[in-house]
Amino acid sequence: MSHEIKTTVHLAVRLLARDWRAGELSVLVIALLVAVTALTGVAFLTDRVGQAVEMRAAESLAADLRLGSAQSIDDAYEAQAGQLGLETARVTTMPSVVFAGESNTLAAVRAVTERYPLRGRLKTSERLLGEVNVTQGIPGPGEAWASPRLMARLGVDTGTELEVGGAQLKLSRVLDFRPDEGWSFVDLAPTLLINEADLESTQLIQPGSRVSYQVLFAGKRAEIDRFKPLLEEQIADGENLRDIKGTNPQIRSSMDRSGRFLNLASLVSVLLAAVAVAMAARRYSHRHRDRTALMKCMGASQSLIFRSSLLQLIILAVAGAIVGAILGYLAQLGLAWLMRDLIGQSLPAPGMQPAILGLVTALSILGGFALPDLMQMGKTPPLRVLRQDIEPPPLRYGISWLAGVAAVLVLLLWIMRDTELVLTIFAGAAVTFLTLGVIGWLLVKSLRGFRGAAGVAWRYGLANLARRGRESVVQIVAFGLGLMVLLLLSTVRTQLMDTWRQSLPDNAPNQFLINIQPHEVDAMADFLKQRQIQLPDFVPLVRARMTTINGADVSQMTFEDPQGERWARRDSNLSWTGQLQADNRIVDGDFWAPDFSGNEVSVEQDFGRELGLSLGDELGFDIAGETMTAKVTSFRTVEWDSFSPNFFMVFSPGVLEPYPATYITSLFVDESERGAVLDLMRSFPSVTAIDLDAVLSQVRDVMDKAALAVQAVFVFTLLAGLTVLWAAVQSTSDERRYESAMLRTFGASKKRVLSGAATEFIAIGLLAGLLASAGASLAGYLLATRLFELDYHFSLMLWLAGPLAGMLFVGASGLAATWRVITHAPVNVLRTA
Amino acid sequence: MLTILDNVSLEVGHGESIAIVGASGAGKSTLLGLLAGLDVPSQGEIWLAEHEITSMNEDGRAALRANNVGFVFQSFHLISSLTALENVMLPLELAGAEHAADAALEALRTVGLEPRKGHYPHQLSGGEKQRVAIARAFVVKPEVLFADEPTGNLDKRTGDTVIDLLFRMNEDTRTTLVLVTHDISLAARCDRVLYMEAGRIDRESAGRDAVH
Repeated sequence: MSHEIKTTVHLAVRLLARDWRAGELSVLVIALLVAVTALTGVAFLTDRVGQAVEMRAAESLAADLRLGSAQSIDDAYEAQAGQLGLETARVTTMPSVVFAGESNTLAAVRAVTERYPLRGRLKTSERLLGEVNVTQGIPGPGEAWASPRLMARLGVDTGTELEVGGAQLKLSRVLDFRPDEGWSFVDLAPTLLINEADLESTQLIQPGSRVSYQVLFAGKRAEIDRFKPLLEEQIADGENLRDIKGTNPQIRSSMDRSGRFLNLASLVSVLLAAVAVAMAARRYSHRHRDRTALMKCMGASQSLIFRSSLLQLIILAVAGAIVGAILGYLAQLGLAWLMRDLIGQSLPAPGMQPAILGLVTALSILGGFALPDLMQMGKTPPLRVLRQDIEPPPLRYGISWLAGVAAVLVLLLWIMRDTELVLTIFAGAAVTFLTLGVIGWLLVKSLRGFRGAAGVAWRYGLANLARRGRESVVQIVAFGLGLMVLLLLSTVRTQLMDTWRQSLPDNAPNQFLINIQPHEVDAMADFLKQRQIQLPDFVPLVRARMTTINGADVSQMTFEDPQGERWARRDSNLSWTGQLQADNRIVDGDFWAPDFSGNEVSVEQDFGRELGLSLGDELGFDIAGETMTAKVTSFRTVEWDSFSPNFFMVFSPGVLEPYPATYITSLFVDESERGAVLDLMRSFPSVTAIDLDAVLSQVRDVMDKAALAVQAVFVFTLLAGLTVLWAAVQSTSDERRYESAMLRTFGASKKRVLSGAATEFIAIGLLAGLLASAGASLAGYLLATRLFELDYHFSLMLWLAGPLAGMLFVGASGLAATWRVITHAPVNVLRTA
Repeated sequence: MLTILDNVSLEVGHGESIAIVGASGAGKSTLLGLLAGLDVPSQGEIWLAEHEITSMNEDGRAALRANNVGFVFQSFHLISSLTALENVMLPLELAGAEHAADAALEALRTVGLEPRKGHYPHQLSGGEKQRVAIARAFVVKPEVLFADEPTGNLDKRTGDTVIDLLFRMNEDTRTTLVLVTHDISLAARCDRVLYMEAGRIDRESAGRDAVH
């Protein structure tokens, strides 16, 4: 190590250690830790959740990659995959009637090979309602595993001989779960899993039979990434390739969105902490100008001082990043615990990336917010040792702003990885902070009028607040923002939930019945009549795939709205009616008359917009292999939260009637009549009942937990606000110490000086609270009226809670922070001044 | 342009001690700052330890000070976050010296403050602070020691003790001493006394002949 480097390192380490011991760095370090902890805590969590989602997505494919086709798939793909060290399996699915003695039912027969499923595990049991276990392997040749639904329909248990096409198979286990079973309200036929070796003997594959073939691939990420493009190049028409990115796009994007939201929330804390860092750095550089001059006087070069300052910052950043990441990891454990029901499974361990994010955060904050001041400190002329009035050249605010803005941009880009989004957020944040800043400034100014209103302590406190105007505004904004989010998530959220609950009628449906076969409708109506349950409407449902819009092939079309793209790629549930449902309203076009006969369809407004539909468009559908077309003649709005069965596309009577349909309905069953639902399920075993009360309370519970997690993240915002307060108190502590000593010398009691300080902080808290209440009310109003379409009632409670919480919290913390400063014996203070 | 110092010509020999005296505003401290290379004159030349410092940049002058110069100030200039020992160690650390702590401890022992090595400046009296400053000035074994009103903030008795120490160490180490002071009795202990007035050296006398 060269002499110069050695001296720099020595000096930096020693000065840092001594400053640390003397408490010169505490605010800086705490602010840094708050920032890194907030950001890494959230990043660790989102990393774990992201991994879990990916794993679950892979499980829902039962593979990393899945190649599907209606034609049998060339063996060459599997050979290629094998060469790359990937695992493969084949799944062949076809509908077939399965017989068990006298009874029979339609099943989806899935013939699989040895390693199926490549991702996730099968769960089976020895007999119906027996203990469910994770199971290795697949049914042996001559055996079959059936889903409980299939067994219920056949009325059999394990050990029974089944007849599948030309083959006799022994039902050896109950298939309780397969990872790729998917989830939709109206599932296809129940599954019968068999060994591929038996496929031929079933003789189910005949020309014209509806068979779907799949080849599954799984392996290490790098190999999958190598294999996927190879495969994409080769696949034939009619073959489609899916990977986990294409699975569950809704879950993925909502997870992405919530992850980004939490990250942004933590970024608010980071920004506030950065303000505290800047304040602390300013104070530090002010206090150390003499030291710098002295060191120069003793022969330290400017570059040595600069290098050692820089090194000190780097050491601080690295230490802050390490400790902050550890704290962030712990915080994340807490957040994961709060969100456990939302996540619903054990999470994989987080990766290292968040720790790196912590380091980038620490470096950006210190580089952007502390370095300019330290550089300025390094320019202190040595002559200051002889003449105290000599100052370093003034800091160019342009440079320090630029550094701060650059640091924040680096962080945002790192987190969001989307330049356009970052610029939007940046602009949004700048406007928000500016607006809040201006409001805060106006509030501070407005206090002037109250200065003469009470005694000396009051006047002194308010004068202080106005004099330290800039710091006061920052504190008001910091606390205001933190309190606002907490209010929004507690008071406003419960308020909205209550309003929504009140908007539902008492007898809103609480049971949803699906999969009702046409021949069961009358029997079920009789059943309900006997038990004096109000007779619901039975709504027909036909599964179909949209194939054309105005004759153009949907699969070849591109949609502006990604949601539209998704609708176009999947099966739709269609229904028909002669009469518009009570909770539907026509917004464009005309609804047909009850006796109308023709091919018309009424489309839900948002759905139509997402698909880019307009009146007069002709939609083509594939229903069980047959094609059908209908013209769009109206757009409707639907009250989805009425809990009545509703559809995006409703057809005029007669159009869908030739096709196989099932019925769905919803009904209200009083708590005391729950037994009737059980009887109903026994009498109609193929019908599935969904208890909406249970679903709703689960949703509510999940929302509560999610809100709690977001609140926890915003606790960091309050912590950051506290560090800003602390930094502000510390940066004025010399002044405060001197002033309070003077006041006490002139005869003010300790109590009076303290009440002056209390006035100042309580006023800051009050203003922050007002800002928070106003913000939360406005946000609540916008959420209620624009997003949820509910009536919003301004709540007095909210306007009391904000200011009260602000005054208590900020008043108490401010007093605690200044206590020691202003209770110093005046004689000591004046002697050293 | 305001002229602070005018037509000042002065040579100080190795091991010599000189006092610069004069009323407030006469330019004493300005001259001291120039001699030590803390500032540069708008005109003229200054040589320090056989280097022409007026043509050097700030870092060059700093490097020269590091090896040749010690300071004692009126307001002590101890760093409040450092202990007595650490304050004395600082110039050695800046020069990258090995065993800084040992040398600093030795210097503190010389000024009689070894027992207070762990104390912070605010825990020391004025006289003790100045003794720490003297230890700090001598610890680098400077060729030239600049002292700016070293007794200015001290009472008479403490001032005398500090000055005795300063001169004793000066003799022991054969350091050149440049002293700025109001105090004629203090100036009288130097080899030569320069009297300044309105930015000029008005006259000069031998120390023993120093008069108001």
